[in-house]
Amino acid sequence: MREFEYVRADEIGQAVATVTADPAASYLAGGTTQLDLMKDGVLGPERLVDITRLPMRGVAREGGTLRVGALTTMEELAADPTVAGRLPLVRQALLLGASVQLRNMATIGGNLLQRTRCRYFRDPTVPACNKRSPGTGCAAVTGAARMHAVLGAGRACIALHASDLAVALVALDAVVHVQSRDGTRSIPLTGFYLLPGDTPDRENVLAHGELITAVDIPLPPEGTRSGYLKVRDRASYEFALASAAVALILDDGVIREARVALGGVGTVPWRAREAEDVLRGAPAAAPAFLAAAEASVRDPFTVPGTAFKVELAKRTLVRALRTVAEAS
Amino acid sequence: MTRTPDNRPHLTVTLTINGEKRELDLDARVTLLDALRDRLGLTGTKKGCDQGACGACTVMADGRRVLSCLTLAAQCEGREITTIEGLSADGALHPVQEAFVRHDAFQCGYCTPGQVMSAVCLLTEGRAGSDADIREFMSGNLCRCGAYPNIVAAIRELAGDGDA
Repeated sequence: MREFEYVRADEIGQAVATVTADPAASYLAGGTTQLDLMKDGVLGPERLVDITRLPMRGVAREGGTLRVGALTTMEELAADPTVAGRLPLVRQALLLGASVQLRNMATIGGNLLQRTRCRYFRDPTVPACNKRSPGTGCAAVTGAARMHAVLGAGRACIALHASDLAVALVALDAVVHVQSRDGTRSIPLTGFYLLPGDTPDRENVLAHGELITAVDIPLPPEGTRSGYLKVRDRASYEFALASAAVALILDDGVIREARVALGGVGTVPWRAREAEDVLRGAPAAAPAFLAAAEASVRDPFTVPGTAFKVELAKRTLVRALRTVAEAS
Repeated sequence: MTRTPDNRPHLTVTLTINGEKRELDLDARVTLLDALRDRLGLTGTKKGCDQGACGACTVMADGRRVLSCLTLAAQCEGREITTIEGLSADGALHPVQEAFVRHDAFQCGYCTPGQVMSAVCLLTEGRAGSDADIREFMSGNLCRCGAYPNIVAAIRELAGDGDA
């Protein structure tokens, strides 16, 4: 691991000023991605600003919104009574991710900013990675790509965004609150992530030094039913091959409102608005579920290792829709 | 944060390990795991993968189970750290350790300290309601010998009301 200077921040403004002023500085929160990538030599910050003592922790209900401090851990958010009662898809997405130990460490802000698990990105001895070293190519497109993306992907990069939580949160139109040296701004999570295009090294709209302070989750109307289905190679403690976050409002067997997002298949957490359009107004039954699944996976970019994911994602969504619709 | 004579970032950290305060001079890169094993001689906590995948390094921080391999020692100042050595006093076994012995819940034993720490927390968290729950909430602790059925049995015995 490269040497770095450790700084413990006591105040948000001071932390933001320190990182903003130094291009080689990074924030340290739960550390589960940051330290792992530093050990691997993928990240090499010269200064690490520990933000874990900053007052950005806890969950508070403000009217129809749940405000989640960025340093709230995954376990803490999963245990929140409002999350358990009103946001089953969020609770399930949280508890199906990582392990209890990691969820006790990993923060909500860090979860949204987690880096891809692409093994080529994570191995600096592999020369070709446009995300790690822009312009060098992509080893994954001709490599072992079972854990890679088919939506939003292209020749330059097929790295998957592996967060489960972010999939549930894009379905719910969550909003990210950010602090910079110049002030604060709020960014809809659906507009937070950037498709790789020709610049896979740019993953989101944050400028260097901008700090996530909180995430707002709008509570869906009473009576909304929701769930998160994760399909993977082992029963627990594994990343998704495909996943679906679904929220439905049913009225006498007809779908009044639908929210759909896919995980395990996108370079970014994938909101499937086309599927929502198909579902809205349709009877909650197999024909609509199948049509929504077809609409959700349009224009995939596949390589031999990922081709199976197109069908898997559709079947995952159909099962998630059926499960949520049939739940009493 | 200071620098050594050869200009290396360096800091002094006071850790509270098993109720005892220990002051250490550290390179900022030192993980809690390496501080425990290499600086404090507490080798009960094991280094398995060193990348957050196996659970062998599980310890408690303020009563919650965490991975010491992905935690900087510097981050632990002011936190109560409990390791396998701190589970019980005077060489007596903790009830979870006794149950592991009774159920033959290990073979090579390398993952066992992490399994035990995780199991103690699992029981405190109240998540041992069924065998399926035990398996799910112990999934962050891998056992290459495959002692899983006996680990589940040991935890189930202590939980009492798990399915048989």
